[in-house]
Amino acid sequence: MQVALSTKGLQKTYTNQLEALKGIDLRVEQGDFFALLGSNGAGKTTAIGIVCGLLNKTAGDIEVLGLDQNTHSNEIKRLIGLMPQEFNFNPFEPIEEILINQAGYHGISRSASRAQAEILLKRMQLWDKRFDMAKSLSGGMKRRLMLARALIHQPKILILDEPTAGVDVEIRRSMWAYLKELNHEGMTIILTTHYLEEAESLCRHIAILDEGEVVEQTSMKKLLSKVAHQVIILESVSSLPEQIKEDGFECERLDDYSLQVVLDSDNNITNVLQNLAKQGISVDHVRSAQNRLETLFLRLTQKQQSEQH
Amino acid sequence: MWIAYKTIVIKEVLRFSRIWVQTIFPPIITTSLYLLIFGGLMGERIGQMQGIDYLQYIIPGIILMTVITNSYANTVSSFFLAKFNHSIEELLVAPVPYWVILLGYISGGVARGFIVGLGVFIAVSFFVEFTIDSLFITFFTFLLTAILFSLAGFINAIFAQSFDDISIVPTFILMPMTYLGGMFYSIDILPQFWQDVSKFNPIYYMVDSFRLGFLGVSTSDFWTSMSVLLVMIAMLATVSFYLLKKGVNIKT
Repeated sequence: MQVALSTKGLQKTYTNQLEALKGIDLRVEQGDFFALLGSNGAGKTTAIGIVCGLLNKTAGDIEVLGLDQNTHSNEIKRLIGLMPQEFNFNPFEPIEEILINQAGYHGISRSASRAQAEILLKRMQLWDKRFDMAKSLSGGMKRRLMLARALIHQPKILILDEPTAGVDVEIRRSMWAYLKELNHEGMTIILTTHYLEEAESLCRHIAILDEGEVVEQTSMKKLLSKVAHQVIILESVSSLPEQIKEDGFECERLDDYSLQVVLDSDNNITNVLQNLAKQGISVDHVRSAQNRLETLFLRLTQKQQSEQH
Repeated sequence: MWIAYKTIVIKEVLRFSRIWVQTIFPPIITTSLYLLIFGGLMGERIGQMQGIDYLQYIIPGIILMTVITNSYANTVSSFFLAKFNHSIEELLVAPVPYWVILLGYISGGVARGFIVGLGVFIAVSFFVEFTIDSLFITFFTFLLTAILFSLAGFINAIFAQSFDDISIVPTFILMPMTYLGGMFYSIDILPQFWQDVSKFNPIYYMVDSFRLGFLGVSTSDFWTSMSVLLVMIAMLATVSFYLLKKGVNIKT
């Protein structure tokens, strides 16, 4: 499969001597839904900024769909759509104009871009507000506007930097559905997010950045399989007995109706439920006590920090 | 590239047109007041300058002053605001060559200079009857002046870190240079020393040539004046392009 984006030894040192990227190697396959995770200041936005031409790199190489950024920076810009973390549009411009102007910068005429703007604004539920100034939009609407703007020139690669920050649950879910649809149609999507649940449910591959270095880069499946055990909470239909027989599994009674159980390779959920049923405990609801990716993320980034200190 | 250029120009024209109460209307009012006070009320006492009625004599300078201030103000405010609200990133992530960005912003400044200059010209027509001696000289001088000050505004915007920085140059440098560039007088009336000093002021060449276009009188050679302007434009354009390409205060 062709590589959509690769970086080799990408370094960035700011003028204040802050070393934001310490020579990172990333590889994103074409058609992938790729998560780039890291704590605040890990270097995610810097990496994205360099790839999109917003920042100058200190060293390293970038290739996008086989094109070298050093020699084909403008061709690469045509292939990428960026939805940045911070609002970066003129708040005193009508929102339809923002999209049409962005299309114009990509060489698409005003008449041709109007149709695409209409499709995107309708999809983002912003069509009724197309003549409004961008400043009048709510935070979630502004994010959707930036997503529409990133897509106006129909890029091959979509880079999303914290796309759903400040967006309500309903809109977030509809954005996820739209992003899945775009990815299904063949668009490569690179996502940074603080919602690890978002990365877990959307992305197939993942890289974790910590203090300017890649500490993990693998498939989401492989990464999640590294979690040796999972903690779940079972809600019982009736009041739980005072004493529960732990037949090969570890559990803790949280209250009269809730039981915390640790699952591992020897004890899957079927075994546990069967065992509880034998004791007359009937379970009507199961939920995870922790996000698996969050557990791993913390483990990987904390390990890195403890190695350094 | 043509579409990208056109987009920047349309965006700029729409931007200053949307806020016409701040951008287009005030210069027309100010100019009318200048004409009323300096030309109408005081002009009769001053009499003539270079054989021309004072009221008529100051018109080219006043029009050119609005062209200078508006061309400058348009690029400095528009580009600084684009930096300030980060909307400049819309251009940086798109495949727009730096020279197209520069040309687009400069064209926006020239467009505002032209529209405001034309507005002042029309307003002036209500006060004074006059004809333009040479449309070519008038337009050519306007064009070079507007380009030069749009470039100057662009450089100011690149270096500006705050709103104060975009008002310091117009207030403390541009305005004195404009007033001392022979806008209200012919440098012939100055002592020799100040005449020589005035020749280091590029605005003198612009006002003098513009006056030549309008009234047919001047104190310097037209082509010498145009050469001065063209050299300055080449210098400022080179500096602007270099700063933009380098990403000074735009890309870190």
